[in-house]
Amino acid sequence: MSRVVVDVMLKPEILDPQGQAVANALPRLGVAGVSSVRIGRRIEIEFAGEPDLETAREIADKLLANPVIEDFSIAVDDAVAEGA
Amino acid sequence: MRIGVVTFPGSLDDGDAARAVRIAGADPVRLWHGDHRLHDVDAVVLPGGFSYGDALRCGAIARFATVMEAVADAARGGMPVLGICNGFQILCEAHLLPGALTRNQHLHFRNRDQFLRIASVSTAWTSQFIDGQEILVPVKSGEGCFVADDRTLDELEAEGRVVARYTRGNPNGSQRDIAAITNEAGNVVGIMPHPEHAVEALTGPSQDGLGFFTSVLQALAGASTGGQHAGGTLR
Repeated sequence: MSRVVVDVMLKPEILDPQGQAVANALPRLGVAGVSSVRIGRRIEIEFAGEPDLETAREIADKLLANPVIEDFSIAVDDAVAEGA
Repeated sequence: MRIGVVTFPGSLDDGDAARAVRIAGADPVRLWHGDHRLHDVDAVVLPGGFSYGDALRCGAIARFATVMEAVADAARGGMPVLGICNGFQILCEAHLLPGALTRNQHLHFRNRDQFLRIASVSTAWTSQFIDGQEILVPVKSGEGCFVADDRTLDELEAEGRVVARYTRGNPNGSQRDIAAITNEAGNVVGIMPHPEHAVEALTGPSQDGLGFFTSVLQALAGASTGGQHAGGTLR
């Protein structure tokens, strides 16, 4: 088994009201000095055999991310590959 | 005229959309998300709701529903298609309309009657309105904030493809107060508020929404008699 991790983030120019709400709550935790919080999504795709980055990229590009508002990055989760 | 209304798993407003079609004087044809064909309809409405539970992003899964292949083909061929609320989100996800609908800026679900100003009467769905006309229809969405890059927004405005704007208050933070847009040909329209909920005095805040459905009948009648093509040239 292998695992590919896809990280999806809103593009920098897209407002993230959820991240802002979290940032605005931090002073109530007693946390200071945080200038920005942005929230994304992590998706783990598991393959039966070897990690198929090309397929993972296709899934990310067509479905997991909306290229109008989001960027994505893809990485193989080595810990899973070695542990399998 | 036969106007299809698609039901996805999680659609909510398909019944009201079909009713609006009937009140406008057309025959509503219920289409199922698994349909391979459009059953000889002349136009299609993608209704509001929460297709596939809004999993991943609103409209992201519905875009790959079987029926959407036929809808996308028909839309590219000039068939009038109206996406309302979740239907608008689906049209953006399917790249039939530019931009995207994101979480309301204030993070609250907005459910209220909303004034809009009609900004283009040159589409298949708005020819019965007067340019600049103010209409009152319900808005009810949590992810209705329309966003696009500046170049796209400038293009939409320059080409007269902003179909309606929020007026007397913007309920969700949509850029440039955009409530509805159209494609280049004017046959595909996406609108965030709900014209299908404003088609009769008993249940709606107005009957202003009916204009979208009577407009498409006019566009289709013009097209079938060899007159003006639906979209773009109605003015």
